[in-house]
Amino acid sequence: MAMTETGAALPGIRAGAEALIARKRLIALAVPAVVLVYLVYVVFAFDIPGLASRARMDNAATLVADSYSYKTHVERNNRSGEMTVAIEGERKGTYAADAWPDWVQRAPGGAVVDLGGGYRVTMGGDGAGEDAVRFEIPGYGTLTIVSAPSGVTLDTPDGTVPDWINASGTRVAVTTPAGRLTVTKARSEVFRYFFGWELFFFTLDSPFHGKSLATLADLALWGDRVRPGTSNIEAMASDFWNNQMWRHKDVAWALFETVLMAFLGTVSAAMIALPLAFLSARNFAPGLAVRFGVRRVFDFLRGVDALIWTIVLSRAFGPGPLTGSLAILLTDSGSFGKLFSEAIENIDERQVEGLRSTGAGALQRHRFGVIPQVAPVILSQLLYYLESNTRSATVIGAIVGGGIGLLLTQAMITQKDWEEVTYYIVLIVLVVMAMDSFSGWIRRRLIRG
Amino acid sequence: MTAAGGIKADYMAQRRRRQMYSGLLLVIFAALLVSSFRLANDRNAGGFFEGLHRILDFPAELLTEAAQKIALTPANLARFLPALIETINIAAVSTLIGALLAMGLSLLSTRGLALWPRAIPLFRRMMDVMRAVPEVVIALVLIFILGGGPVPAMIAIAFHTTGALGKMFSEVNENADLRPVEGLASVGASWFQRMWLGVVPQVAPNYLSYALMRFEINVRASAILGFVGAGGIGYELKIAISWGQGRYDAAAAIFVLLFLTIVAIDQISGHYRNRLVEGR
Repeated sequence: MAMTETGAALPGIRAGAEALIARKRLIALAVPAVVLVYLVYVVFAFDIPGLASRARMDNAATLVADSYSYKTHVERNNRSGEMTVAIEGERKGTYAADAWPDWVQRAPGGAVVDLGGGYRVTMGGDGAGEDAVRFEIPGYGTLTIVSAPSGVTLDTPDGTVPDWINASGTRVAVTTPAGRLTVTKARSEVFRYFFGWELFFFTLDSPFHGKSLATLADLALWGDRVRPGTSNIEAMASDFWNNQMWRHKDVAWALFETVLMAFLGTVSAAMIALPLAFLSARNFAPGLAVRFGVRRVFDFLRGVDALIWTIVLSRAFGPGPLTGSLAILLTDSGSFGKLFSEAIENIDERQVEGLRSTGAGALQRHRFGVIPQVAPVILSQLLYYLESNTRSATVIGAIVGGGIGLLLTQAMITQKDWEEVTYYIVLIVLVVMAMDSFSGWIRRRLIRG
Repeated sequence: MTAAGGIKADYMAQRRRRQMYSGLLLVIFAALLVSSFRLANDRNAGGFFEGLHRILDFPAELLTEAAQKIALTPANLARFLPALIETINIAAVSTLIGALLAMGLSLLSTRGLALWPRAIPLFRRMMDVMRAVPEVVIALVLIFILGGGPVPAMIAIAFHTTGALGKMFSEVNENADLRPVEGLASVGASWFQRMWLGVVPQVAPNYLSYALMRFEINVRASAILGFVGAGGIGYELKIAISWGQGRYDAAAAIFVLLFLTIVAIDQISGHYRNRLVEGR
């Protein structure tokens, strides 16, 4: 009987299998095709062909160069003949007049700047109302640029202007591998590039600037007190902490604020969501209406995105970490409520029944029958959100103006402090990774018991 | 009798100690929470209790204005629809690209499947770093180079998605059955063929489910990135809000669009995810 039945059904099974395979083959071809069509549509919708013309590759080059190097400006004011040597051209990084770096030498009416490798710029007035800048370039010759009230004139050794010199009647810019020179009527400037982040530890006004590690250790351990009344280690710590160029103090506070936002928001959201989750779990809801109502509240909190909450809250509380943590709190109460109530619905009812049979009250049943079962789920979600919210807090900080997000946007707006932007990015990534391993560590310890 | 009494006393002592420890932990935790709230409150521009009664002022302003100009709502909704589509497109493309890259990276970093087993730690670290970079960081840098628009947001979200999905995918890969892979290896299949025909069919439902979840997250992220300068509905929202009073009807329309979209996408993706997990 089984034989006949199989025999009769075989063609049917075979046809079914063939249809199934045909469908699978179609899907296997259709899905990549649909994806491809969609990507082509997006290429045009996002105007990617036009991107090449809009992209500012010079910006990218500045950004990359700036992130690992810094430049020192040597500037001569062509009206007064005054010289300034400053790191990044910033007031905070200006060298004192008697403490110039050794590659800048004072000369009558100006200075001689040795750019290394035979490149040398001589800036100085000739006393006749004309200010000449001579740029010696190895293998090429000497450029002479004269800036007078009437304009800027350029003399090249062979009379032609190569493409690395940009010259007009009012401005001459020379770009060489060793450094750049710009001359206008008002000022002559030389930029020399150096590798690294200058003044990261101590600014120029600190007595510890420019000392080698060995000298610093020597000073810290048994040197004479540089600043009377404070030990050298204390003075070093204070100079580093109050560094005006890199603002380590503000950065540390900003990072702390960001973590604070994440911690406060996530933990309070979980504390609010847990009791509400009981009200919206099928097996514990006091009534259908309550369950429905609480669920809609969760949906609403999640649906109104963190972006909208952030905007609404920043109107009421102003910028700062509190606004950010409240935005995280509101959004995540919704997410936690949903996740926790699902966890509560999936518990083993027998433990609760066992407790009920011993005459335990409602609160005791929840505490000893439900919480131990859902605690691992709650904890692992909480820790996961804590890590993810550290990232969200950066974004929220950029919008409301708090924490490291604010510093990052501020540094980007100036469009020149890319080394600071790099510094912040590295710190953010390190903090998020630290939070990640920290929460993973706690999870492993607590959940395994 | 005395032995049992000793056991009981021991048990009670142990219990008391445990209770004391958890009580202590709770006190420390509460203190931490209270002090962090006070710190956040102090460092905020406006305090919590001064701001609390103003929390509804802005939504109320928005709603009254939107209600006064209710006739304009359909036009506003239609006006911001293209921006909304752009936001969804950013999320979709970045999820797609991120998922494809994550697929490759996760296969390369799963023990037993990796093409170069020695490079597993390298690919893992790579995914860790990609996951740790907040989208806004990459988006802001790219906006400086590429100018505003959807592309910086797309790249930023795709970058983060690759890291986030890569981790999820490699957890899925670890549970994959290796026998099909070995079978394919025995007939001389290349690494790509072994992965595509031996592993991907097993893990595809889980991949899809995670990718859908990521899509929900990415829609929100792309709206937020719009607010910091990348294109889409977030950018329109920023403009609408900066117009201030008198033009809040536009902001209200964007809020409505954003809310409805997020709820709809959550619902649809949740539905399909449930189907994928239950296996139809």
